[in-house]
Amino acid sequence: MLGGVAVRGIIELQMWQVAVAYIFIVILLFIVRARGIPREKEILVASLRMTLQLVLTGYILAYVFTNSHPLYTLLAIAIMEAFAVYNIYKRVKTPLSPRLREIIAVSMVTGTLASLFYFLLVVVRISPWYDPRYVIPIAGMLIGNSMTGISLGLSRLVDGMRTQQHLVEAALMLGATPGAASKQIVNASFDAAILPTINSMVGMGIVFLPGMMTGQILSGVSPLTAIEYQIAIMLGILGCVALTVVMFVQLGYKTFFNEECQLDLQ
Amino acid sequence: MFCLRGVGYRDILDIERLEIPEGKVTCIVGESGSGKTTLLRLLNKLISYDNGDIVYKGHSLKDIDSVELRRRVVMLPQTPAIFPGTVWDDLLIGLVFSEKPLVGEKKLLEIMKMVHLDKGFDEDAEKLSGGEKQRLALGRVLLLDPEAFLLDEPSSALDEDTEEVVIGGLVKYVRERGKTVVMVTHSKQVARSFSDKIVEISHGRVVSCWEG
Ligand SMILES: Nc1ncnc2c1ncn2[C@@H]1O[C@H](COP(=O)(O)OP(=O)(O)OP(=O)(O)O)[C@@H](O)[C@H]1O
Ligand SMILES: [Mg+2]
Repeated sequence: MLGGVAVRGIIELQMWQVAVAYIFIVILLFIVRARGIPREKEILVASLRMTLQLVLTGYILAYVFTNSHPLYTLLAIAIMEAFAVYNIYKRVKTPLSPRLREIIAVSMVTGTLASLFYFLLVVVRISPWYDPRYVIPIAGMLIGNSMTGISLGLSRLVDGMRTQQHLVEAALMLGATPGAASKQIVNASFDAAILPTINSMVGMGIVFLPGMMTGQILSGVSPLTAIEYQIAIMLGILGCVALTVVMFVQLGYKTFFNEECQLDLQ
Repeated sequence: MFCLRGVGYRDILDIERLEIPEGKVTCIVGESGSGKTTLLRLLNKLISYDNGDIVYKGHSLKDIDSVELRRRVVMLPQTPAIFPGTVWDDLLIGLVFSEKPLVGEKKLLEIMKMVHLDKGFDEDAEKLSGGEKQRLALGRVLLLDPEAFLLDEPSSALDEDTEEVVIGGLVKYVRERGKTVVMVTHSKQVARSFSDKIVEISHGRVVSCWEG
């Protein structure tokens, strides 16, 4: 073999081969410097973070996979959930009320856990239930996509309540319940939240091969098996995003009203 | 009908005593920023007063469910609200919001005529002129047939002649049905010709009351 070692038909990359891939970053740095685009620092930091985080995750996963234990799996899920919730808080520019923060965390955690265990135990039927090889990557995909969904829905909800304040109040004046008065905004948030997932399904297999499938094919799995998994996981992701987002918007809009059914934007 | 005692809201409104008679037209006048809109919002429970009490038909507003109150005492905002959709949708949306049975074309035509709006039902409501939007919003409120109307400058965007006709028609309509109207207006003409009671507000206080 020239520089690569074949294991189960897959070429394992040597350190120096990975290093050669960094040439892409060098080229990019070259371009931005030549054009005077002030993005060098971000590119460097992003490459560094990506490398460090992945190396670290690689070692942790290797350890967890060989020493599989329910606690490790649960811990990994907990860390992902916490990271996702923290990321949602950070992404929205406007300050969030404590009740809204609570609702974000609750919908995120219950929605993703419910879909995760349904997917693992009813669809894939893994055993033992905590098998980290399945649980961790699938949890990652569900949580990651729900995080994006809730972030989008959240900004749309907060923006909508602010920019359409007069319409919401006008509806209240006519005797609307808070739910009816904010129905359009709630629907628009739900829509904004699930649209990226739906769009990604449309282009799937033609415009791009999804990451999971690519990974499986690279590691020697038959494309047909990979596709079965990909279809199942896509449906799982859509269901999970829809579930977390619908919980979030249904509970979330209420935090913009007080107990006297008055619009309360603080 | 409404009875206010020592009502304070932040440092905006401070009303020692005010009665709004049932089945009558009461006009609220006063300079810009004096607190007229704030007063209507209090009566509609869109905001809550800090002290004192407002009593509606013998019950403190605090004891009446907000949504139920707003269905009995409907408010027309100062800037007319237009919801996305056609003129038809926009007229009916108040009935949808307040969960009342919808009405047919005949009733809608009657209301359109009353507010002097000569537009097709399927026109885009967003495209109406400012004054047309105002009349559309007024028509929507009339359809709701509540016990009392709180109208915040319902004719501010209308020319004097249209104002006369629209407000005149409105007052006739509500008088025939024994409804209560509280109307904020900048027009001395409107206040003089149509009101049973005129309340003048300045810097959040009632400075004069006139009853005819
Ligand atoms: N939510 C609020 N927060 C702070 N101040 C407010 C609020 N609402 C109204 N005000 C202030 O209260 C005062 C009275 O406002 P209001 O809208 O009641 O006046 P108005 O008599 O209706 O005036 P106009 O004739 O111009 O409509 C104004 O000085 C206004 O800035
Ligand atoms: Mg006003």
